[in-house]
Amino acid sequence: MSLPRPLPALTSDNEPFWKGGAKGQLLIQQCTRCSYYIHPPTGYCPECESRDTSYSAVSGKGFVETFTVNHKQWMPGLPDRYVLALVRIAEQDDVRLVTNIVGCDPDDVTFDLPVTVQFEQAEDLWIPLFAPEAGA
Amino acid sequence: MLKASITGIGMSQLGRNTQRPCIDLLADAALEAMSDAGLTRDDIDGLTTYPGKADNSPGMSPLGCTDVREALGLKTRWHSSSSEGPAQMSPLMIAAMAVSTGQARHVLCFRALTESSSQSPTRRASVATGTGARVGGWFSWLLPMGALSATNWAAQFAQRRMYEFGATREQLGAQCVLQRANAQLNARALFNGKPMTMEDYLNARMISDPLGMFDCDIPIDGACVIIVSASDAARDCRKPPITIAAMGAALGRDSWDQRADMTQMAALDACTDMWARTDLKPKDVDVAALYDGFSVFVPMWLEAFGFCKRGEGEAFIADGQTALTGSTPTNTGGGQMSAGRLHGFGHLHEACTQLWGEGGRRQVSKAQTAVVGMGGGPLAGAMLLQRA
Ligand SMILES: [Zn+2]
Repeated sequence: MSLPRPLPALTSDNEPFWKGGAKGQLLIQQCTRCSYYIHPPTGYCPECESRDTSYSAVSGKGFVETFTVNHKQWMPGLPDRYVLALVRIAEQDDVRLVTNIVGCDPDDVTFDLPVTVQFEQAEDLWIPLFAPEAGA
Repeated sequence: MLKASITGIGMSQLGRNTQRPCIDLLADAALEAMSDAGLTRDDIDGLTTYPGKADNSPGMSPLGCTDVREALGLKTRWHSSSSEGPAQMSPLMIAAMAVSTGQARHVLCFRALTESSSQSPTRRASVATGTGARVGGWFSWLLPMGALSATNWAAQFAQRRMYEFGATREQLGAQCVLQRANAQLNARALFNGKPMTMEDYLNARMISDPLGMFDCDIPIDGACVIIVSASDAARDCRKPPITIAAMGAALGRDSWDQRADMTQMAALDACTDMWARTDLKPKDVDVAALYDGFSVFVPMWLEAFGFCKRGEGEAFIADGQTALTGSTPTNTGGGQMSAGRLHGFGHLHEACTQLWGEGGRRQVSKAQTAVVGMGGGPLAGAMLLQRA
């Protein structure tokens, strides 16, 4: 599934997130002092108040927190049905990625489904999408 | 301590594709509200709105304070508007603070929209399809994934609630159907004269699972005005003032997707604060006016205000508790899903209508105390109103 995606404007904070896919990596901003993952990235750790942050490649594994199957064509070129989901990453429950679940029938998506990241290139960006983990 | 009261309300015709200028609609609502309060334009010394003049979505907010001040010939000495704050309720809250601190005596709070007339096939109200340019801010996380409409964002709360609590479409539908029935008792409601059955509800087109067409509110052209007065000045007005007894404006995480518990919204934080500022309890409330941009917001607001426990909202509705004859009559005028989307101002208008005993065939008997909850997702404002 490929959507006619409105693309994000890059900032120094979000660029690694949207470009990590070039090397197959899901990069999430992380506090260097206390290891808390900060998403959306701000360059400031809300846990320990450190400004010392960097980007870490996480496993790319996560779980479906909630989802919806969209049925309405909001703009030209959208498919009949696609799955919007919030995926919580395996490393930290409170990092939620807004994403699409791909690689399966929309009817097969369930809560807490284990999923793995894959990337879809769009211009100079790599959009992180998730598919059911093999064998799930 | 707040010393603020509501003294008058007004509303324009609510219509679809009226092609009426926004100021024309606003003038109808303003003149009606001033007359309702027994005030003239010379008495109005404060002006506020939400979100201020804005064109981020078609017809969202064509008028700012300065437009209205000039057009109506007001001589205000204080005005303020902002898109940040406790959502659609922020004008009422800031007006209450303005009159409590002596900045103004009578504040005209307004919301005016032409969302119906301003739509086109390529630009729908409240659908962020973008302009082709790259997207910044909060939308930059949503739009690339095709999460283009608030329906998509609200649906993910509804879906999680069905999973955790066993809520059903029929239970959500019960609220939609009863609000439509209430609209049949409200001559000003957009869908007055257009009843709806549960079968109609369940057969409607699906938009974003589990929300269908009738789970969504209706973009309209319309305007609504609420006048907030200093409590001492309110005594001179035509009607018994409605006291703003408590307010709450706390927000959780400032996004639709990062809240820890995806079965609840910022409404919970706002209501918790509101109850902490009053001796009244949920059992004292006679009428509830709860934001219904989407049906699922209603059970979440019911739980947030404490009318039922977490996870019980949909069952509470299905049990008839939100009907005119139930323990917590909710959205008695039809709400945004059946009367039209005035972005919360319609809810304030209806709560006041009930407290003044002007509800006609939909009047809740002996209504003395009401709550109004406005906003969805990360936006929330809660208010407790009492007939003096
Ligand atoms: Zn830290």
